[in-house]
Amino acid sequence: MTQAVITSRYGDWEPVIGLEIHAQLGTQTKLFCACETSFGDPPNVHTCPVCLGLPGALPVLNRQAVKMAIAASLALGCKVHEKSIFARKNYFYPDLPKGYQISQFDQPLATGGTLDIEADLGARTVGITRVHMEEDAGKNIHGDQHSRVDLNRAGTPLVEIVGEPDLRSPAEARDYMRRVRDVLIFLGVNDGNLEQGSFRCDANVSVRKPGASNFGTRVEMKNINSFRFVEEALDGEIHRQIRLIERGEVFKQQTRGYNADKKHSYLLREKENEDDYRYFPDPDLPPLVIETRLITEQRESLPELPADKQRRYTKELGLSDYAAGVLTAHPATARFFEATVATGATAERASNFIGAEILRDLKTDGLDAQFPVSPEQLGALLALVEAGTISGKQAKKLYGDVAGTDRDPASRAKELGMEVMRDEGALEKLVGEIVSKNAKQAEQYRAGKTKLLGFFVGQLMKATRGSADPELANALLRAALEQDTKDR
Amino acid sequence: MSPKLLPRSVVEIAASVRGGEVSAESITQASLDAVAARDGQLGGFLSVAADLALQRARDIDLRRERGETLGPLAGVPIALKDALCTKDQPTTSGSRILAQGIDQQGRAIDPWRPPYDATVVARLRAADAVFIGKSNLDEFAMGSSNENSAFRLARNPWNLDRTPGGSSGGSAVAVAGRMTAGALGSDTGGSVRQPAALTGTVGVKPSYGRVSRYGLIAFASSFDQVGPITHDVASSAAMLQIIAGADPADGTTTHHRVGAYREACSRGVAGMRIGVPAEYFADGLDDEVAAQVRRAIAALEENGASISNIELPHTRHAVATYYILATAECSSNLSRFDGVRFGHRAHGSQTLREVYETTRGGGFGPEVKRRIMLGTYVLSAGYYDAYYRRAQQVRTLIRRDFEHAFQSVDLIATPVSPTVAFPLGSKLDDPLAMYLADVYTLPASLAGIAAISVPCGLGSASGLPVGLQIIAPSFAEEQMFQAAQVVEDTAPDREVIPQACQS
Repeated sequence: MTQAVITSRYGDWEPVIGLEIHAQLGTQTKLFCACETSFGDPPNVHTCPVCLGLPGALPVLNRQAVKMAIAASLALGCKVHEKSIFARKNYFYPDLPKGYQISQFDQPLATGGTLDIEADLGARTVGITRVHMEEDAGKNIHGDQHSRVDLNRAGTPLVEIVGEPDLRSPAEARDYMRRVRDVLIFLGVNDGNLEQGSFRCDANVSVRKPGASNFGTRVEMKNINSFRFVEEALDGEIHRQIRLIERGEVFKQQTRGYNADKKHSYLLREKENEDDYRYFPDPDLPPLVIETRLITEQRESLPELPADKQRRYTKELGLSDYAAGVLTAHPATARFFEATVATGATAERASNFIGAEILRDLKTDGLDAQFPVSPEQLGALLALVEAGTISGKQAKKLYGDVAGTDRDPASRAKELGMEVMRDEGALEKLVGEIVSKNAKQAEQYRAGKTKLLGFFVGQLMKATRGSADPELANALLRAALEQDTKDR
Repeated sequence: MSPKLLPRSVVEIAASVRGGEVSAESITQASLDAVAARDGQLGGFLSVAADLALQRARDIDLRRERGETLGPLAGVPIALKDALCTKDQPTTSGSRILAQGIDQQGRAIDPWRPPYDATVVARLRAADAVFIGKSNLDEFAMGSSNENSAFRLARNPWNLDRTPGGSSGGSAVAVAGRMTAGALGSDTGGSVRQPAALTGTVGVKPSYGRVSRYGLIAFASSFDQVGPITHDVASSAAMLQIIAGADPADGTTTHHRVGAYREACSRGVAGMRIGVPAEYFADGLDDEVAAQVRRAIAALEENGASISNIELPHTRHAVATYYILATAECSSNLSRFDGVRFGHRAHGSQTLREVYETTRGGGFGPEVKRRIMLGTYVLSAGYYDAYYRRAQQVRTLIRRDFEHAFQSVDLIATPVSPTVAFPLGSKLDDPLAMYLADVYTLPASLAGIAAISVPCGLGSASGLPVGLQIIAPSFAEEQMFQAAQVVEDTAPDREVIPQACQS
């Protein structure tokens, strides 16, 4: 799947990158208890004996999280295993209530997927090693005198998506990360909120000479929560590694943090100081057995994924790559677009209007999106344009009028007197006035400067406050201007 | 004042309270009086909830007077092993780490009070049982003599210089000492069966998955099961009836049908095939124990069971296997005792590491530390395959031994403990000797199958109780009770009262 690619950017060095993505599953409740998953509430309000790790408490698996993890695995082309095992990853930290994290280790939920990416090195397919489920830790909050622990997040369900070391540039890493996020948000299993930490990654990177069969010494960059940072952090790290190697220095396998403000990375720990996590199967949780039926069900109910949507928008609906990209940036936008088209609007008109007007006013919060109008309203509005009842300019005005309300565009157009002016008599009269008032321009037009027709159309539109039927206006103006010629 | 001895049978007490022949209050009072009279010496309890118990008993009586139907364990005084969480009530698991200190009387100062009840506690309460207090145990249920309790020494009511066994020693003492009619213990490698055998009581280790572990402070999760300790088989059956069954809060419980355990007790053993494994009658088994066990097996035969010799060839690996797997699990289970959210936290630490080290270093006793270290070792990178993984494989072999045996027999009869109650202090400095006290109970724990310890007479030399173990396939508790009842009915010395209860 990988091919050696020389990127001049790093001279005679080839970066080798693999990402481990942690994505929060959008369940109502935590992975092993009934506490709500939420963000931004006062500390420790969403806790119970289970997620506090109190003595005697036991985990019970959230089936909804399993379904979501299966969907994610299938969408990433993985094989979902009928049997997987939850394991304990043991280490001490105050934000880890039980002293171990429940994760999956040697028998993960799913393995062996792929994802198509396209960045600076062209379109390529990269491998996905595995997808497994695990619980999130809480959060330590450090003050001057004390450190405090907030366990609201403890036990939040995550999927970890481990990619093969197939990426060869920071831009590819960024594209991969974005595409994984797009898949998850289109499945509705993750809210794509990078700022809130619900989608983040660890990036493993090493450099080697192109064509080398061995990997160089690997560095893991921890907890990167933005597409831009992953690119910046990796670029910085690749340069750092090349500098060290070219200076003849040897460095150890290590884990580094990335400070996005200062744009530099710092050492967290070296390999020999890494914890021995003493993984073993969690005896509190029976093996996770997934019936083939559930896998089939999940596979059949997979929604259209963003890459497929984009392809369809360009191939079948005739939209540009750019437009298709804009419409599939958020699942709600794609849904809105498709619902608008379903009302009868042409794909192009809907796409243009959404791109030009709607997205400017769109408010999103994770997977939730607040559109200023309903697809039905937009459909009705575009139908008025399509029928020639209102002009494009009027459409924008009308949109401003109905946005944020449940007004009906057609009746509002009437009420606002927005209907296209088609009264030939009245228009002819106005045309006559405009031509005689602008005799100089008329002269130039007749002298061959036919581009001036636009000027006259503008004048007519001004006089009719944009309501003149554009085709009729053109025809009448052209006739009037040329009529005068004949009259001579 | 010498309180009248508390009735022995859970079943009879419940029937007479339900029938209004005796008040729950008077039974509770008798239980509390017995505790007051004897527990100073016996050390069966870590905390006693006298007011709460009386209040509860009066409430039960009131409800009866109002004509309400009472639960099946109405008014039965129960001791709960202190490894079971009781909402707002002291819960220590026998460890300093769940208390702020220990007072002169060996009582926990400001012990942890869980915000919730264990499922088994809630089920007993719903059945109208009355909780007298929390019983003594080896710290975190690790031990076979109750000497690892951080708080008090528990003594055997039959001989105060002897151990009551462990780890549910206090629960066995509460029952054998006639302080409560029943108790709950927890059995990881024999912690219900061995103290029951050593104190002349009945103790049940249900099949793994039969009883909820939710709210049982874990020692080794893949072994732990909560089980009753009572004077007689029918009482254990009645208690198991209440606590058994699937629990949505414990994913390892199963939906196997809960049997009619009380009814099973009267069915006899005619036509039953009972296997006797040679491996359990080898070196190390005391003669007086062997004699009573063989007598009991003969009695089963006289009552219509067919007895055959069977082989459980991997038995000799049970102790090693258990002490790898159980310590591995405990090393992880006990990580949550870190001083951050509950219980003891060492003060004056400068760093996070120091908080952990001084809290855990000061909070855990030597046996718990030993097991955490053993368990940490066997799970460590580079050792996992040689120890943990290998032990899992041997566990499978031991399980298969039983599966194979149960193709030709319905039940297996063995001794529970190689000796009668041993003197306090005699094995304290020799952990390995202590571990060997569980040699006959560990295999069933490793296999996750059901087992019961039934008194089968007193040792001819020591005059101390001997227990017979009946091992049944998973979820075949009914058969187990059938045979246990016959053992009980044919046992000699049944009316002998322990020394401590005599005056």
